[in-house]
Amino acid sequence: MNNTIKFVQGNEACVEGALYAGIDFFAGYPITPSTEIMELLAARLPERGGKFIQMEDEIASMCAIIGASLTGRKAMTATSGPGFSLKQEAIGYACMTEIPCVIANVQRGGPSTGNPTHVSQGDVNQARWGTHGDHSIIALTASNHQDVFEMTVDAFNLAETYRTPVILLFDEAEGHMREKLVVPAEGELEVVSRLRTSLGRDVDYHPYLPREDGRLPMSDFGGEHRFNVTGLFHDMWGFPSNNPKVIRELLRHIVDKIENNVHEITRYKEHYMEGAEYVMVSYGSSARSAIHLAKARRARGEKIGVLELQSIWPFPVEMVREKCAGAKAVLVVEMNLGQVAAQVKAAVTEPERVFLANRIDGKLITPEDIKIYIRVIQGRGV
Amino acid sequence: MAVKDYLRQRFFPHMWCPGCGHGTILNSLIRAIEGLELKPHEIVMTSGIGCSARISGYVNVHSLHTMHGRALACATGVKLSRPHLKVLVPMGDGDALAIGGNHFIHAARRNIDLTAIVMNNRIYGMTGGQFSPLSGVGIKATTAPFTTIDNSFDVVELAKAAGASFVARSTAFHVKECKDILKKAIEHKGFSVVEILSQCPTHYGRKNKEGDAASMLEFQKKMTAKIGSKALQENPNLIARGIFVDLDKAEYCTEYEKIIDSVMKEKV
Amino acid sequence: MKHIRLVFSGSGGQGVITAAIILAEAAVMYEGLEATQSQSYGAAARGGATRSDIILSDEQINFPGVVQPNILVCLTQEAYNLYSTIIRPGGTLITDSRYVTTTKKVNARQTELPMYDAVMEEIGKPIVFNICVLGALVGATELLRPESLLKAIRDKVPKDFVELNERAFDLGLSLAGETQG
Repeated sequence: MNNTIKFVQGNEACVEGALYAGIDFFAGYPITPSTEIMELLAARLPERGGKFIQMEDEIASMCAIIGASLTGRKAMTATSGPGFSLKQEAIGYACMTEIPCVIANVQRGGPSTGNPTHVSQGDVNQARWGTHGDHSIIALTASNHQDVFEMTVDAFNLAETYRTPVILLFDEAEGHMREKLVVPAEGELEVVSRLRTSLGRDVDYHPYLPREDGRLPMSDFGGEHRFNVTGLFHDMWGFPSNNPKVIRELLRHIVDKIENNVHEITRYKEHYMEGAEYVMVSYGSSARSAIHLAKARRARGEKIGVLELQSIWPFPVEMVREKCAGAKAVLVVEMNLGQVAAQVKAAVTEPERVFLANRIDGKLITPEDIKIYIRVIQGRGV
Repeated sequence: MAVKDYLRQRFFPHMWCPGCGHGTILNSLIRAIEGLELKPHEIVMTSGIGCSARISGYVNVHSLHTMHGRALACATGVKLSRPHLKVLVPMGDGDALAIGGNHFIHAARRNIDLTAIVMNNRIYGMTGGQFSPLSGVGIKATTAPFTTIDNSFDVVELAKAAGASFVARSTAFHVKECKDILKKAIEHKGFSVVEILSQCPTHYGRKNKEGDAASMLEFQKKMTAKIGSKALQENPNLIARGIFVDLDKAEYCTEYEKIIDSVMKEKV
Repeated sequence: MKHIRLVFSGSGGQGVITAAIILAEAAVMYEGLEATQSQSYGAAARGGATRSDIILSDEQINFPGVVQPNILVCLTQEAYNLYSTIIRPGGTLITDSRYVTTTKKVNARQTELPMYDAVMEEIGKPIVFNICVLGALVGATELLRPESLLKAIRDKVPKDFVELNERAFDLGLSLAGETQG
């Protein structure tokens, strides 16, 4: 099979990515600006024997994909701000029970109902800390449709590899805009299958005993092995335990399996970074404006580059520190009040050189907006 | 297979209080499963949070102990993914009808093939005796020191109105009847609801001066009567027991399979 | 290098967005170009001024918003009043003469065409007005090949309506041809 060229919305690129990754199950609830994802999957999933269900609310959608994933299906839901808030309890359950699943959050303005049809990147910290208790999470993002596709495939792959919920942090501008997407031929991108236990029926299977590499082979609900799944702290059989050692080791495990693999999980791109004196750190649709500006400036000989983050959580501290090391100033371009900027400040050796170039009014930040910030930092005035 | 083989015996004695009705319900439930000769690996038991929810840990099947109120939503994902599995969903009264009320009515509306078992002791036991949406008016609870003014749901009427195709009620006292009803509920193709009156002597009984477990069971016997019985005709204040609804109605997973079939055929 | 920025504007229900999508899709699918299409959502899409931004380029497009369009299409007076000032000096501004009265103050090549009236006269179906606009746009600017647009139209519209839309497109093409005459 050959590559297929399409002209689609970002939300459809996400759907194509999910299908490429082998999605079997989707549960969702309508919410702007992510609804196109569920509408398209309602049509596409049954074509390949997959299942789609519109649930009664956001909470139920998250719960349904957890149930589906446990039976061995690749499962996903999609939502936006208010729905993402409602899903947090069940996202924490998936972290605790180590059930792979993918949650696309097409960000809109918040808090509360906020600005449903306009862009924002205000859910960065919610993706990290939305659910209660210590835990870790993987969150990916993308600035163009090709990357939306690839990050969606990656999200399924990482969910299966690390047995964890993975958040896709897209945004309204990217979700609704239309542009070209090339759907790669089958086999061109890696698709990770679930790691299943090879133990036979009569062998004692420990669903929550990590292998030496930290991974836990799964056994499908309905399959050979019967075990318990609970959101309580649990032992290697999955049964509730309040043994201090069991609690400590489980919590360490669900955090370490992700934090110890930051390097493997980190995804980023560099644009015009050779010898960059000024580095713009950006992601999602904001990065498009940063790249636009860097390109125009580079054409005039100015050394301004863009470090585009494609994985935000776990935050790639070392990579960011290294890439920003030689910069006169680092400008974090985002559409919130500095959620990634705070991470960048914490990562670099000279946080006083980190500045925020943002926009929070529901409008996509423009190259002109960023230009003004740069001129001010450079002491040139507007 | 012997009845006790359906249990994870290493977790006994169970964690419920002395005199609690939940253990008796577990007894009826595994006898119903045994009677149907179901294999443990064909059964998924999904529960929520609360005293009732601990039931899933004791049964040697695929057991999924979820979040408060979310048992039916998780079970929906399991069932739609693997329709050949028998999915049993025991819940408490607060679990099923307060925090999980929305999932309850919508699972009923879809008529998805799940067996919802409402273990109704009219109180939140795990958290120490707060009133539930099934407590009713005039009940004492830690959150109703001056007695409740909240009306209660009638689970049977609610399930009927929401579209459940099998609706029944029994009690912890009527062990055999309970087992027989559960058997029919599990066999039923579609969303089945079985409300089972249970007793919580620790919280409900003590606060409301209903005596010990034995007298609470006595109450279940005295205050209920079979559908169509003379006792019920003579005293409409009694709570009716038995099967209220048993309909043959389009089931959700079956209907979805039809969509898949027709869409795939169209594509070919 | 080809890099053209367009803004389509009008009111909800005129098919402004659909026309924008068809144009951008034709560029990507049938001319090997890059294109982005974005639009305003919410109340503005329901009867107020509707706007869609399109960029066509032979390079990767980053910022998808249009600040100064090379080509501006205004299908209502409100849209004209709102957007005619943003056009790039010397750009092309296409308006429908039934809906828009132009002013001399705009620094652009203004092309007023009786597209709506022609559609009603020749075809009698206002629903294909937007396709006629596309025909006129391509006729007046030679932005893309007419065949590319016709292919994209066939991809988009239901089979029974293809012929109707083709006629509307041709009508637009010839209207533009007449003025360029």
